[in-house]
This record gives sequence, C-alpha cells and structure tokens, in this order.
Amino acid sequence: MPAATSSIIRFEGASKVFPGRGKGAEVRAVDDVTLDIREGEIFGVIGQSGAGKSTLVRLINALERTTGGDVVVDGLSLGSLSEARLRPVRAGIGMVFQQFNLLASRTVAGNVAYPLEVAGWPRTKRDARVAELLEFVGLADKADVYPSTLSGGQKQRVGIARALATNPRILLADEATSALDPETTRDVLDLLQRVNRELGITVVVITHEMDVVRSICHRVAVMERGRVVEVGEAYQVFSSPAHGTTRRFVATALRDRPSPEVLARLRTRHSGHIVTVGVDEVAGSSAVLTRTLREHGVDGTVVFGGITEVAERPYGSLTVELVGDGGAVEAAVAALRAVTWVDDHGRVDA
Amino acid sequence: MSADWERLTPLLWEAAGQTAYMVLITLLVGGFFGLALGLGLYLTRPGNLLQHRFVFAVLNLAVNIVRPIPFIIFLVALGPLTRAVIGSTIGIEAFTFAMCIMATFVFARLVEQNLVSIDPGVVEAARAMGASPLRIVRTVLVPEALAPLVLGYTFLFVGVLDMSAIGGYLGAGGLGDFAIVQGYRQYDWAVTAVVVVIIVLIVQAVQWLGNGLARRALRR
Repeated sequence: MPAATSSIIRFEGASKVFPGRGKGAEVRAVDDVTLDIREGEIFGVIGQSGAGKSTLVRLINALERTTGGDVVVDGLSLGSLSEARLRPVRAGIGMVFQQFNLLASRTVAGNVAYPLEVAGWPRTKRDARVAELLEFVGLADKADVYPSTLSGGQKQRVGIARALATNPRILLADEATSALDPETTRDVLDLLQRVNRELGITVVVITHEMDVVRSICHRVAVMERGRVVEVGEAYQVFSSPAHGTTRRFVATALRDRPSPEVLARLRTRHSGHIVTVGVDEVAGSSAVLTRTLREHGVDGTVVFGGITEVAERPYGSLTVELVGDGGAVEAAVAALRAVTWVDDHGRVDA
Repeated sequence: MSADWERLTPLLWEAAGQTAYMVLITLLVGGFFGLALGLGLYLTRPGNLLQHRFVFAVLNLAVNIVRPIPFIIFLVALGPLTRAVIGSTIGIEAFTFAMCIMATFVFARLVEQNLVSIDPGVVEAARAMGASPLRIVRTVLVPEALAPLVLGYTFLFVGVLDMSAIGGYLGAGGLGDFAIVQGYRQYDWAVTAVVVVIIVLIVQAVQWLGNGLARRALRR
C-alpha cells in the first residue's frame, strides 16, 4: 500500500456536457464529479461503456475541457489554461490507449522517440532514453521494426514505453488491456504495476473489467451515467459494495457465491446443511474453517466457492456441506459467525 | 493518306514540350495549394483539430462549386481573373493558370478524403503528448497518409494530363492540340493514334512510378 499522501489529481465538481446533435438532447458525460487521486497510487475507474469514464480521464490531460467545475493537476487548475498553455501540462502526463494508437509510419524506436521530439530533447539524449525505455518494457530487440509486425501485447508495451518517455508523474491507462487476451492482459497489468512501484508514477486505470481493479488497483471509483456512485479502497469496495452497480461488477470478478440455480443443483447432490462462509484477511484462511468444524465434530465438504486476491489480500468464500450430530452443526455455524460472515442455506428438509 | 513524319516529328516534340510544361507546373502549384486546402478542409471539419464551422463551410462550398464545372467552361468563367493575374486570357500561361486553380480544388478533395481515413486515435495520442496542430500535420497526418497521398497525386497527374488536352482551345498547344490539328482535322488517324499511344504510355509509366512509391511508403 502506498502511504496516503497528498492529492495529485483533484476533480472539483467537474462536469463535461456535450451539446446535442441537431435537436438531440445534450449529453452529460461527466456530471459533477468530486474526487481526489493521491500521489503514488494506482487508482481505478470502473463503469459500463458509456458511463463517462473515458471522458473523465481525458479531463485530466485536458483532451476534453470541463464545461463546469474544475480539474486540478499537481496544483495547476486546468480550467483556466489556454490550449497552448495546456501542451506542456499534457507532455507531463503519459497516456496509453485501448487501441494502442501507435504511428504506423514509424518504427518502434521512432514511436517511443516521438514525445521526446515534441519535448525538444537533443538527438543523442533521445536515442539513449529510447534504448532505456525499450529495455524497461522488454522490447529492446524490436527497436527497428514497424508496429504492424507486433502482437497486441507488444504494441501496448510500446505504448507504455512511449507514455513514460518524458518521465511523467502521472500515467493514464484508458482500457489499456481491453483489446488483449487474458495472458497478455496479465503481462501488461504487471508492467503497469512495475511502473507504479519502481518509478513511483501515479497510475489512473480506466476499465470495465473488475478483474483489472482486483489485480492492481489500490483504490477505485465506480461510475454510472456520468456520476461517481462509489469510491474507496479496492478491498473495501469488493468486500462490502454499497451500490448495486458495484455489486454487479464484484460478482463478475469472482464467481464464488452460488446462484439460486446452482444452489438448487447442489441440494440435489448434497443432503447435508449447506452454508457459504466468507474467507478474508480478518477471518483468516480456510484453516479457521477446518479447525472450527473439527472442534465441533462436524464433517465439512467444500462444494462450491473461490478465493482470490484483491489489492493483494485474500478474498472470497467457500460453500460447504456440513454433516454432524444433533446441534453440532448449529454450534459450528454460530462459532463461524463469530469470525466471519456466514450465509446459511439450511438443508433440504429444513 | 499517310502522315508526313518528317514534317510532323518536330511539331510533335514541340507539343510534347508544351504538355510537359503545363502538366509539371500544374502538378507543382496545384499539388502544393491542393495539399494546403485539403489540410484546411480536414483540420477545420467539425470535431477535428482546428474545427471551425464557418471556415469549413466556406472551403467545402468552394470545392463543391468549382470541382463539378466542366474544365472547358471553367476556362471561360475564369477569364476575368486570368486576365487580372496573367495579363491575357489566351496562351500557355493563361491556360496553365486555369489548370493550377482546377487542380488545386481537385487535389484538395483527394487530400481531405485520404486524411479522413487516418485513425483519430493517433491524432489524439499526439495531442496527449503535447504536440501542436502544426507539428501534428507535419509528423502525424502527412506521414501516416503518405501512401494514399502519393496515389492521389498520381491520380491528379492523369486528371491534369486530361485537362491539358484542350490546351489548343486557348492556343496553349500541347499533345492534345497536336492530335486534333494534325490528326483529326487532316483525317489522319495514324497521327491521332500515335498521340494516343504516347499518352497511354506516359500514364502507364507514371502510374507504375506512383504505385512503386506508394508501396515504399507502406513498407512498415
């Protein structure tokens, strides 16, 4: 966890309204958002497509200008700056894109050199920096090839190297892994995590995949129809989602809880008492479960569930069939309730 | 009737020289201003880098008005402007002036259409890196669209060569004039056929060159 330090990006009642086409109604893409992103953290913004998250992230480097409120980046109020004054601000913020957006007419090295040319670096310094960056993203051998010959994952590595070229303090990742397969996604997320840890860069990740938030984000904001409906520590948001949208996202990241249909099928196979028991850092591992059942002389069979990591802490649940004498099962459930949450599904004839 | 090539050959060379003059100047001048006007159309288009509804509407309207006018009518309509700029409405300079104007508008639309096909994402990426609009034109738009621009320029060459064929109308001479005066009007089909073959060969050669250059630009 990064130390909770000062805010590096601050949305102050920021809004972005696009005028309607013809007689169409105007679109409030971002609607009165107030939010602090802290220096050194990986901050996730999750939402369905059309929730306004891509527009929100573009307010940070002023690719889109606010129509209300303000965005303050590194103490600088963007709302008051002219287009020309914004250019140096943008140069200090790296951005990677879902579709990579590499220049097809330039080699990998040429693409990474582009922001350095814009920033006016001399040739020799540029070449050294490009070599260093390609080394960092593991593409040193691809310097002289054109992007069209690269795989999606390699293209995104070039995109990240390019975004890091001018030593930005902030990196914006707009659906950076959405065009990639799961394995490549993992590689790119690892790279973003290294960028955050080794270079201390604040990373803002836009995504519609809760799995991305689960893997690398320290904190997360959930967006719906232009508004931030929930914001907090990723672990907190996962373990006790307050908003319906958040709950749906959480359910997509870990399918550990049996749906009513699954439960009905489980009942046909297992006649014992079925409970779902939460597993997290506080309640300990499944060892606590095993010990509790043993102490009460109850047999437990895991029939469903899943445990994963959120923000590098254990998170999930196990659904267990309990078989024991008389009140032993009830006593065991009561003991478990003392340390974690328990969803009691009862038994078939109950 | 057989052609007197001893008499015709020097005339053919002269006509070829006139065509070369008209076509090359038009390609240079029309190519330059066409590129500028095409970039102007693209950049001021709503939603693009220098979006400006009014400027775009004016440029767009101008291109739409000029382009469909048959060239032979355009020549006449442009007369007063030609006289003001060149000092005369006839002769090779006057004719080339009209060709340059028409080529500018034709090429502008070709340029604009090629630029529209560029992924807006790369333009956005350049903006995100702090690049100015002028730098984006120079380092993103033109290099990214280079192959289609080369092919568009090749297409322009054929159009310009086509325009030059009615040079005789203003006394500008050229291969087209030669084919009409020495061939058609003398009922000498052999002369017309020779000119046609020459023009086809030139077009083939230029198209081959253009394709080659475009392929080089696409080697990525």
